Amino acid sequence: MSGKPILRVQEVSKAFGGIIALNKVSFDVHEGEILGIIGPNGSGKTTIVNCITGFIKKSSGSVEFRGKDITNKPPHKIADMGITRTFQIMRPYYSLPAYKNLVIPLFSPRAKRTGGWRGGGRLGDRNTVGIDILEEIGFERDSYVPYKTASTLPTGYLKRLEVARCLALRPEVIICDEIFSGLSMSEIASMVPLIERLQLDGITLIMIEHRLRELFRVSNRVMVLNFGEKLIEGNPQEVMADPKVREAYFGSQTVEEVMTHA
Amino acid sequence: MDKGQRRKERIDRGIKVRTEGIYALSSLRELSYLSVPRLVLIIGLLALPLVMPSIYWQRVITITCIYALLALSFDFLAHFVGLVCLGGAFFVGTGGYLAAIANTTFGLPPWMTVPLAAVVGGSLCTVLLLPCLPLRGVYFAIVSLMYPLLLARVIEALDILGGTDGIMGIDSFANRWAEQYFLIGALLLLMFGVRRLVNTDLGLVLRGIKDNDQAIRASGMSVTFYKSIAVFIASVIGCLSGASLVHIYMWSGISQFALDFSILPIAATVIGGGGTLVGPVLGCLLLVPISELLRDFGTLRIVFYALIMVAFIIFRSEGIMVYGQRKYHQFERWTEV
Repeated sequence: MSGKPILRVQEVSKAFGGIIALNKVSFDVHEGEILGIIGPNGSGKTTIVNCITGFIKKSSGSVEFRGKDITNKPPHKIADMGITRTFQIMRPYYSLPAYKNLVIPLFSPRAKRTGGWRGGGRLGDRNTVGIDILEEIGFERDSYVPYKTASTLPTGYLKRLEVARCLALRPEVIICDEIFSGLSMSEIASMVPLIERLQLDGITLIMIEHRLRELFRVSNRVMVLNFGEKLIEGNPQEVMADPKVREAYFGSQTVEEVMTHA
Repeated sequence: MDKGQRRKERIDRGIKVRTEGIYALSSLRELSYLSVPRLVLIIGLLALPLVMPSIYWQRVITITCIYALLALSFDFLAHFVGLVCLGGAFFVGTGGYLAAIANTTFGLPPWMTVPLAAVVGGSLCTVLLLPCLPLRGVYFAIVSLMYPLLLARVIEALDILGGTDGIMGIDSFANRWAEQYFLIGALLLLMFGVRRLVNTDLGLVLRGIKDNDQAIRASGMSVTFYKSIAVFIASVIGCLSGASLVHIYMWSGISQFALDFSILPIAATVIGGGGTLVGPVLGCLLLVPISELLRDFGTLRIVFYALIMVAFIIFRSEGIMVYGQRKYHQFERWTEV
């Protein structure tokens, strides 16, 4: 990967009272890549997502998107620029049918500007575009599923709905916060090609995961966080081989052992 | 069948297709299935003034409509935007005083003061409520409850706008029919209008705010902006009813900031069924006349009133309309477990 990074995180720190959740974390994300972020529980993975997307205020440090400073912008402005996120605890609009869940992001200024997912400029009927996106993301179009109320959907579909909500904005960057967690092996297996396809469509992805096997398979680079500090950043093979990572993340086990049990 | 081995099964009627609000209609009978309840409501409301026995009861109808408008605005904010608003009195007072000033100071007739007070009052209320819109939780409820108390005291203490005497000599509507049909018309128009609004894409965004505002933010939309649109709509409805009220009483005073205007719409929403928009209106159609009927009992009135409320909350906590809709749209039958 060469050229200017699409997203540049510089020395971002966050303290909750006396607890330092992030300590001067810096990294770059390049256009079109998939960056995986891993780390034990409480290592600051979700906090870094919240800091980038503006959902919490950074104690210090800066974030740049395409050379523009977005450090202190509110979340909706950041999303409007094309950085979208999913939530670890899924946040669909529970009382609405699945396709209506997408009408809402399609109503946003950004979707109106960009024409929504493959909209080609002009947005047609939002209901239809919503069902198109759902089909793209793995909802069976002619079945009952896209019309079901979100509160009745199983976890697998809800995770997809999270990604679909991002896609409706025609994002440049999607930050996926643990979209594999809570899914069965077969559900994950069907999600992986989806992620790869998003990358082919030119979307830059940051993936936060506990499922190492799948993450190492899809990501181009991996960054490891531990107690709010960046341990290492590199391609998946390098990261797996690093003794510091083994020490901090995998304990006494070898990476291979963890991966086979994951 | 033994009671332990069977349960009630609920089945949607056949014409409901796939999702909420989409129906397949193939006959006049099915068409009337949907249109008759609406027609009953419209014709029923329009006929009300004609069947009332006396001028006194006709006046009760107009007051009912005023409460119904407030209940509509409460239900819209509470169940479609997720803002619990105790500001009925705030809206009524603001709209009322604005209409009174426009009428007495500038000499505008009621057909101009009412829309003017609604829009100007709505903007004013929205601006005053704006500071608590970015917050989630009870803050909006508290602030909207405090404003009427505050404004009433300000008017009393500074002796402005007529002080405790209020503003007198306000024009009434042209006649009692104009008064009644203006309010009934406004009620019907706003009720169906708001219902249409909540099903538009903008309405979906508002409902999205209620379900979860974080996802709205993550979709690149400002929650505060959309909340303020919703508050504006609700306060326009509230101010409209307040402005009508001063023209009916031909007087505007600090009793327009009385908490009745905040509390009764909530009670009506509980009884009528929240989230239906029609329910709160039905709730007012029950509660306000009942409250008039109980006037004979003097101070015991409030006891009966409270008992009715408690009974409703215990036995039909979902509200008349929610219960009615469910019974209307679904069959029930016993099946073996």
